[in-house]
This record gives sequence, C-alpha cells and structure tokens, in this order.
Amino acid sequence: MEIFGIPLQAMLGQLLLGLVNGSFYAMLSLGLAVIFGLLNVINFAHGALYMMGAFLAWMGMEYFGINYWCMLIAAPLIVAAFGILIERTMLRWLYKLDHLYGLLLTFGITLMLEGIFRSVYGVSGQPYSVPEALSGATNLGFMILPNYRAWVVVASLVVCFATWFVIEKTKLGAYLRAGTENPKLVEAFGVNVPLMVTLTYGFGVALAAFAGVLAAPVIQVSPLMGSNLIITVFAVVVIGGMGSILGSILTGLGLGVIEGLTRVFYPELSATVVFIIMAIVLMIRPAGLFGKEK
Amino acid sequence: MNKKIAYGIALILLLVAPQVAYPVFLMKVLCFALFACAFNLLIGFTGLLSFGHAAFFGAAGYVTGWVLRDAGWSFEAGIVVGVAVSALIGLVMGMLAIRRQGIYFTMITLALAQMLYFVFVQAKFTGGEDGLQGVPRGKLLGMLDLGSDMTMYYVVAALCVCGFALIVRTIHSPFGQVLKAIKENEARAVSLGYDVDRYKLLAFVLSAAIAGLAGATKTVVIGFETLTDAHWTMSGLVVLMTLVGGLGTMVGPIVGALVIIALEDKLGDIGNWLADVSHLDWFRTLGDSVTLVTGFIFILCVLLFRKGIVGELVSVFGSRRASDSH
Repeated sequence: MEIFGIPLQAMLGQLLLGLVNGSFYAMLSLGLAVIFGLLNVINFAHGALYMMGAFLAWMGMEYFGINYWCMLIAAPLIVAAFGILIERTMLRWLYKLDHLYGLLLTFGITLMLEGIFRSVYGVSGQPYSVPEALSGATNLGFMILPNYRAWVVVASLVVCFATWFVIEKTKLGAYLRAGTENPKLVEAFGVNVPLMVTLTYGFGVALAAFAGVLAAPVIQVSPLMGSNLIITVFAVVVIGGMGSILGSILTGLGLGVIEGLTRVFYPELSATVVFIIMAIVLMIRPAGLFGKEK
Repeated sequence: MNKKIAYGIALILLLVAPQVAYPVFLMKVLCFALFACAFNLLIGFTGLLSFGHAAFFGAAGYVTGWVLRDAGWSFEAGIVVGVAVSALIGLVMGMLAIRRQGIYFTMITLALAQMLYFVFVQAKFTGGEDGLQGVPRGKLLGMLDLGSDMTMYYVVAALCVCGFALIVRTIHSPFGQVLKAIKENEARAVSLGYDVDRYKLLAFVLSAAIAGLAGATKTVVIGFETLTDAHWTMSGLVVLMTLVGGLGTMVGPIVGALVIIALEDKLGDIGNWLADVSHLDWFRTLGDSVTLVTGFIFILCVLLFRKGIVGELVSVFGSRRASDSH
C-alpha cells in the first residue's frame, strides 16, 4: 500500500519517530514553560541536563550494572538535586536583575557541562541497549511497531498529562499558578515562595532528565545531544507560547509529527522545517499559537 | 579632551602593534573586536540580546570567500558583497525577531541562526564539513598586494577603525539617543511617538552589516571559512567577549575580544603552567577543553563581574573623580 508514492510502512515508521521526537519536545518545552513561569528564567541548561540524564542512565549501566528501570527513577532525582544546587547557589542571585543574566548564566552552565562530558567521553556516541522487557516489535497488521518507541510515546504522554493535572487541578498547582501571577501576594498569604521556586526548578530539570533517560536507547548518548535539541525546543516554545501547559504539549507533539512527515516527503528540509514554521507563525500570530498578547 | 588623547594613543598602538606581535593574531583580534562592537551596539545601546550573530559573521565569511575564490572578484568587491548579504539576512531576521520582546527575541534570533547553520551544512558552495578552503587575498584596488601580512594588517586595521568609528558616530547621533531611550523605557519611547520597531530594525541591520564586515575580513585574513563561525557557540563567544569587556561600554568589547582570543590562543600554555605550579596533571588537558573554560568564565562574569573589565574600571575611577571634585 502506498500514499503519494511512499510506502505506508515507511511513512508510519517516520510518523512514529516523529511522535517520539515530539514527546521529547513536549517534555522539554513543558519544563521550560514551568520554570519560566515562576522564575522568569529561560533555562538554557535544559538541553545539557537532558544530556546528563541520558549519561547517568548509561553510566549506571556501564559502571554499576543498574538497569534501565531504576535509572528511569534515579537519574531525574539526581539531576533534580543538581538543579536545586544550581538554583540555590547561583540562579537565586539573579532574580532581581534583567532576564538576560539568567539566560547567560545557564548558557555558561551548559558550556561547562558539555565541556566536562566531552573531555571525559569525547564527542562520539555511546550505545545504550533497549531494556529487555521492551525489546522487539509488535506486528499490528498494517505496520510493525517497535515496542520501545511506543513506550516512549506513552510514558511521556502520561508524564505530561500528570504535570498538567497537578498544575491545573490541584491545590499545589493553584499555589504555583498564583506564584506565577503575583509572588509577593502569595508570600504574604504565608506560602514559602522561595522554597516553591527551588522545587519548581528541580521539577523542571527532572522532566528534562526523564526525557534524557527515555531517549538514551533511541539515539546514541553523546555530550552534544542536548544542545542540538534545545535550540529546536526554543523554536517550539516560540511557536506555542509559554502561557499554556496544554499548548506546550500539543505544539511539541505536533511539530515532532510534522518533522517526521517532512523526513518522508522532502528530507532536505527536515532539519529546518521547525524554524520555517516558527517564521510563519511569527508573521501571522506573533504571540504564538497558544500565547496571550501582553 | 581626555577621550581624544586616549583615542590617539590607541591609534598609535594600533600602528606599532605588528612590530611587536604576530600580525595574523592581531588581525584576528581586530576582526573579533569589531564583531563584538557590532553586537554591543544591540545589547549595550538598544537593549536587544541577539543570540544569532554568528549567522552574520559566518554568512559574510562564506559569501566573501566564495566570491573571491570561485567568482574571482576583487578584494573590495568581495567585502562589499559579504557585508550586503549579511545586512540582507539581518533585515529578514530582524523583521521576524522584533515582533517579540525580551527573552523571546533572543530565542528567535538563536533559532533563525541555527536554521541558517543547517543551510550552510547542506549547501554545496560552503563545502559542508570541510569548509571553504583556499580563499585568495588578492590585491587592494588592483595595485596593493595583500599577500604580505604587514600590508594586510594595515588594511584590516583601517577597515576596523572605520567600522568602530561608524558605531561611535551612530551611538552619539540623535538616532543613537532614540535607541538608548528604547533601551531604558520602550513604552515611554512609544508614547513619545517614536516608531520603535523601525528604530530597532535599523539598529539590527546596522549591527548585522558590521558583524558581516568583521566576518568577511576574517575569512580573507585566514584564507578559509568553516562551520564553526556560523555555529551557536560563536554567537555565545561574542556575547562572552562583550560581557567580559563590559556591556554598554564603548571600548569594552575590544578589550573583551583581546582577552578571550589571547586566552584561547594561550590556554594550553596556561594549563601547563597551572600543572607545574599545582602538580595536578589534569590541567595539562586544559588546552583541549576551551568550552569548559569559556563556560566557567561565563558563570564567573554573570555572578561576580557583571560590569566587565572596562565597566569595573570606569566605576572605580569614575567614583574617585567624582569624590575628588568635592
């Protein structure tokens, strides 16, 4: 069976790969949006922390023989602790200054993390095998579905919607949203806002690390995997706007799928398509698809 | 008056420098200094943080290199075409980026520059990963052979002084004052009836063109152009140079460029020296980990020296002068 001269099997395969990439975009842009909402900092280090998550998974397996499932929990926790350290010792001093200093600081952290991993492991990728329970593929009749890729999409969707639920539907989320709106007033009501800020940063970077562990078996674990991704995620954030949680998730997934389809129909454009869409969105709806004009 | 003397001394230093130091190194510093000054025109005097300036630097380098090598045009024509192309890219990028403010502006410039980077990776004329090799220097106005490093140095110095003078003139012009107003309080500038977007766009294009001049000149000096110049780390490097020297100071970016380029050049030696002093062998690998060191300086600058070298000097001497007059 063929669609526009492309075998259906190849197209569905790329579509799934697009969805996988889209779930990484969604998780990373969600973390960026949550952090930006409360801290007013664009966390450039998000990509580096995603890379760190993947590396932790690989290191756990390589040096200690810790399996994928344990690292899926442990790596985000370690990265969250690291993020909390960054927030407490460095980011904290910049809140009263212009936004750009937060970006520059996290940019410096990105360079340092990348530099450290590069000097130890070089630029070539480290292979990480798919966990046994998810290896192999399921034949759905019309396509062969690699189990691991399906798991990545399902797991990230669950995490994204859980985040959405916590922020939009629970009391804790209400504090968070109030803190985003007016931190001084929330503090006056007796909520420990600085603690909330710290934990939010920790949670945001934990999401990045979780995405990193999920990504480890799909792509090769390399020190440069984060910075290549983060710039695309910035474009995703510009397209979607950071005002809406659901918006971030949908934009991330959607762009992943579009990128996957471009890879089928016009491969030369697949690296740039997200940026082209960003340019078009800026011309038509400068505030982003889900953003509010300020 | 003091300022005129200082500029005079700087000019004399510029003329005698190649007698003391290696001219190619000096030319590289000059090109990066001009690049950083162009960037500073936006961040320091208009309040726009562009994270995509590598696009202009790299694009001009590629275009000039291609025009000189493959089309066989003269040196002047090559530079002019390079500058024109980067100004044009600046116009398109600026038109898109100024539609959003603050942090979004930065992300848009970064994303668009990354897009251009991918174009350079795929395009045939750039030579992809190999880069554009063997760019001839040619002759200035068909007479002066630029093959000699000394001759080339004085041409580069003249170009950079012109570029710098243009930036200084812009900042002190009425146009520059409006830019400053936009930086301080954009809403107020709008309410005073200024078409803020047009001013921002013009500043962006000007900055792109001068960054292009720097990139084009650098390619002619070293004779090749690679993807490094268009990569986002280059955009980061120019931010760092400006930050180290002092955001929003006139000569800060020049000092910053000198410090960073010299540091990159001598990092291996510094590493060896640190290893000898501290007996930690790890320092010997420092020469290979430029990113690590640049990242560290970035963090240090943002946390402790936000004013940069020149900014700190101005605040120390400036306050002393103020207390002397009392």
